[in-house]
Amino acid sequence: MSMISIRNVSKHYGSFQVLTDCSVEVNKGEVIVVCGPSGSGKSTLINCVNGLEPFQAGEIVVNEVSVGDPKTKLSNLRARVGMVFQHFELFPHMTIAENLTIAQEKVLARPHDQALEKGMKLLDRVGLKAHAHKHPGELSGGQQQRVAIARALAMDPICMLFDEPTSALDPEMINEVLDVMVELAQEGMTMMVVTHEMGFARKVAHRVVFMDKGAIVEDAPKDAFFGTPRSERAQQFLAKILSH
Amino acid sequence: MYEFDWSSIPGALPFLWTGMKVTLEITATAIVFGIVWGTLLAAMRLSPFRVLSWCSAAYVNLFRSIPLLMVLLWFFLIVPQVLEHVFGLAPGSDVRMTSAMAGFALFEAAYYSEIIRAGIQSVPKGQVAAAYALGIGYGQAMWLVVLPQAFRNMVPLLLTQAIILFQDTSLVYVSALADFFGAAYKVGDRDGRIVELLLFAGAVYFVICYSASLLVKYFRRKVSA
Ligand SMILES: Nc1ncnc2c1ncn2[C@@H]1O[C@H](COP(=O)(O)OP(=O)(O)O)[C@@H](O)[C@H]1O
Ligand SMILES: [Mg+2]
Repeated sequence: MSMISIRNVSKHYGSFQVLTDCSVEVNKGEVIVVCGPSGSGKSTLINCVNGLEPFQAGEIVVNEVSVGDPKTKLSNLRARVGMVFQHFELFPHMTIAENLTIAQEKVLARPHDQALEKGMKLLDRVGLKAHAHKHPGELSGGQQQRVAIARALAMDPICMLFDEPTSALDPEMINEVLDVMVELAQEGMTMMVVTHEMGFARKVAHRVVFMDKGAIVEDAPKDAFFGTPRSERAQQFLAKILSH
Repeated sequence: MYEFDWSSIPGALPFLWTGMKVTLEITATAIVFGIVWGTLLAAMRLSPFRVLSWCSAAYVNLFRSIPLLMVLLWFFLIVPQVLEHVFGLAPGSDVRMTSAMAGFALFEAAYYSEIIRAGIQSVPKGQVAAAYALGIGYGQAMWLVVLPQAFRNMVPLLLTQAIILFQDTSLVYVSALADFFGAAYKVGDRDGRIVELLLFAGAVYFVICYSASLLVKYFRRKVSA
């Protein structure tokens, strides 16, 4: 069953074409890793999935709801699609506990006690229960990103989008975040993950999508992708990031 | 050599204090309404709705292109008429205070809205994206996420603008309203001691504004810390 269906999506800023005829299917329970050089349109594509960015052509359907349809209430859709950003984007003026409860209360209208209980359970799950009263600025990057994942999970998402969740982290903090993501994948969460962490891809991805210059150059099952990438550009890209 | 004579000041202090209260009242009203209305103007300006954005820009540009003194004069001339016609207020009622407050509030809102707009724009775009991604709408994203962060960054500028406003309230002398400056002038005129009274008034303005600017410095350090 399809959870995210991106069909022939194109997008341009003025005369600059950011996405050209992109199509990706993500089935329920699948983990898709999206990689490609910087500026290839990965963030733009993932932002189109929950309507953070509009697109001019094609169609995106998430859980049977068309994102581009003007009649679609985007906030309802977004409330159910979790998103994790490169720079965490926790709300710095709120405590960790408030970060975890605010959308539950304001968007899902959950009572405070219930929202807090849920938030604390998820905070415990990412190993940060003791930090609930702190502000984001008091936490390390890795800890902030784990809170951000917990914040998204608190909304009971039907799928999760990750945009380079570890690329702003110091190397020693990457694994603590990837561990949480691996666990999530193994529990069957549907995930679309922009990342260059090929170890993560090897471990849990079902398919790997390679983008270049706004187009999807390769979309292959993990083993095929790592075994024999068909396109030359994907080969070069892999050689480059795997040599690091 | 001019002989200073400060003797008329002590007896005039209660009257001067009444004037100071007028000054403070106008300042406080203009700050509160100016910030509220200015915040709304800024939110309109930055909203995705073209019409709102255009109206706000027109308002701000209009008020920022007219001398404050003229705005005040219009208000002193027009507001009483409007009140008489629309609300059936008895002609000749003294609404100078209301006019002054309205004039300052509407004028200051244009300046506050620009400060607030800059403050809002200083909040990283990713913060709004994160709020949207959680299903939070434009209004609540503004209110819960952007404005609290923006105001923290804006406190020094808002205070500086308030200091300027405090000084500018002396312009109500055009309506002969006895604010602090007006009261000082009246006493000086009555006793033939204008120089002393204006020196005294200047000293009071200086002490208040300079202290406030020290406060601004303190907040600046706190924000950048
Ligand atoms: N608001 C914008 N206006 C114009 N160009 C943009 C805008 N946002 C992104 N781009 C361009 O679109 C391209 C794709 O960006 P992005 O999706 O962020 O790439 P990636 O995430 O793969 O690094 C880049 O060339 C970038 O400069
Ligand atoms: Mg990107």
